[in-house]
Amino acid sequence: MRKVNAWQGPFRCGKVCQGDAQLLHCALAMDRPLLLASTLCYLAAVVRTLLAPREKIWHPGRANFLAIAAGFLFQTAFLSVRGHALGRCPLTNLFEVFVFLAWSVALIYLLVGPAYRLSLMGAFTAPLVFLIQTFALVAPVDVPHPIRLPANPWLEFHASISIIAYGAFALACVAGVMYLVQERQLKTHELLSVFYHLPPLTTLFSAITRLLWLGFSLYTAGLISGFFTGGPLPRVKIIGALAVWFFYGMILQGRHRRWFAPKRVAALCVVAFSAAVSLLWAIDFVSQNHPI
Amino acid sequence: MNLFCIGLSHHTAKVEIRERYALQRSEEALRAQSGCAEALILPTCNRVEVYGAAPAQIATEKIAECLVGGGAVTLQDANAFYRHEKQACVQHLFRVVSGLDSMVIGETEILGQVKKAYANARESGSAGPCLHRLFQRAFRVAKQVRSRTEITRGAVSVGSVAVELAVKIFGDLSERKVLILGAGETSERTARALSSRGVSDIRVSNRSRERAENLAALVRGRAVGFDQWPRECGEIDILVASTSANEPLLTPALLSPLLRERSDRPLFIIDLAVPRDVAPEVNEMEGVYLYDIDSLQSIAQQSLALRRQQIAAGEEIIAAHVSDFVMRLTGVGETAAAQIPIPGALDQTSLRVSEL
Repeated sequence: MRKVNAWQGPFRCGKVCQGDAQLLHCALAMDRPLLLASTLCYLAAVVRTLLAPREKIWHPGRANFLAIAAGFLFQTAFLSVRGHALGRCPLTNLFEVFVFLAWSVALIYLLVGPAYRLSLMGAFTAPLVFLIQTFALVAPVDVPHPIRLPANPWLEFHASISIIAYGAFALACVAGVMYLVQERQLKTHELLSVFYHLPPLTTLFSAITRLLWLGFSLYTAGLISGFFTGGPLPRVKIIGALAVWFFYGMILQGRHRRWFAPKRVAALCVVAFSAAVSLLWAIDFVSQNHPI
Repeated sequence: MNLFCIGLSHHTAKVEIRERYALQRSEEALRAQSGCAEALILPTCNRVEVYGAAPAQIATEKIAECLVGGGAVTLQDANAFYRHEKQACVQHLFRVVSGLDSMVIGETEILGQVKKAYANARESGSAGPCLHRLFQRAFRVAKQVRSRTEITRGAVSVGSVAVELAVKIFGDLSERKVLILGAGETSERTARALSSRGVSDIRVSNRSRERAENLAALVRGRAVGFDQWPRECGEIDILVASTSANEPLLTPALLSPLLRERSDRPLFIIDLAVPRDVAPEVNEMEGVYLYDIDSLQSIAQQSLALRRQQIAAGEEIIAAHVSDFVMRLTGVGETAAAQIPIPGALDQTSLRVSEL
């Protein structure tokens, strides 16, 4: 195993840490409180959302935004500490992938939410990020990867940009859920409290389209950069990645050519993201011996 | 200083009685006749109230006589008057200005009306330190009740529900195209409501071309021949149907080929006609949102019910302000009593101080 020079300093733990592997293990354990703090911030946003209807006043916008912003800061600190420890982008196991995905979702929400005045998106985003992160914390997936590859900028670019693309797809999924909720209320004439706080249908559909294009562009860049990593490309990963690319490409083409009605596009965003996340897990499960 | 409110409203008097007292009397005359140090008349379509401050008790009948212009007040009219003093007066005004005492709970028009009445009293010099503080606080209370509760949420009339739904589907309405089918009174009201929300492209179609042109002129739209309206459905975003046809004019069979031309734009149909102009099956079609008069009325009722639920939250805010205001007023009243009975003596400086 290559020497991890990053451990000479702030993360040295005296007698407990003997050798690089132990140092790494110790440092990895130290960053978890940051992730826990981040998860608690998202939990606060979820609780706020759940309590809002009881108060008969649904104003989760600002509180959710602040809670998500705080959660994002803790996530960033976590990824920074772990990345520093690993000496590379922290995407070496499924745990890190999920945390990076949650971070990407929060990042795109913080960038896109206010721009499109989709403040209520926070009420839908926080539960998604909370679930992803809780799964990462609870499931036994934080296993240090047995094979340690030297730092590879192309590989790191490929992995990080692909996960950020997943973040955009996740937000498109969130906007899709909001669209479906709003559309259903308008169709059935049963208007709940949330109806008055959700954005108009046309605004939501415009956000879905833009998020899909953003995600698709990033994912395409990630896919292309994957071919420059230099290492052997596992077939299962290529097939999985292409399947996701084709699925989203088909949605965009269907939207562009008006094959699908807006409601169908919104529903497909939800299906596509669920499938893409499942595939991410499946690929990792199948290719245990290959770093993501 | 005795702070009081004497008046009648939709709760206590029918319109026949209210209208007798609604004629605007001058506050100066009222003060001169009744002996009030300060007076403010609040005349709206649902209430006529006098808020006043006086060193001695003023009889309700005296105020009623002043309002009616010196004429006789019948027993029936006298029974319709209510009187609130001190704390009850403060509470009543806070409830009125917050829309809790309105016929349509949570309506915001009352705030503008109270502000106008206050401005008139200020201008005439009839509002002194007591009323200034009272009304300034009342405006603060109204703002808090509106922002901290959902008392104003949701539309409560058919026209405003239709406009609110249109906004929830399309967002900005200024670029939307509207077709009004039938040029009756209901269509006119809805067309005006849409026009007030920025819709500039309004087309009117009616069996009588002349009536279509008249309505089109009123809402700055254009008339369309009655045989051409189905073709317009491919272009428009909102259809308001209110004809007297006995059979549905718009059916899925008629709309289906037109929807293909519309790409993915939603179509919002407001069917105000009885019998209905649009077959209910149209609502099953992708991207079409059909609301008939019953659906709109039901939403208006729901909003009203929600507003009623919010009354308790509003009352809590008001109660806190009432006790605080009354506590402070006791101090002001003592100092003001020595200075007040100088009609018209209020200048801009004292007004600014009282506003602070």
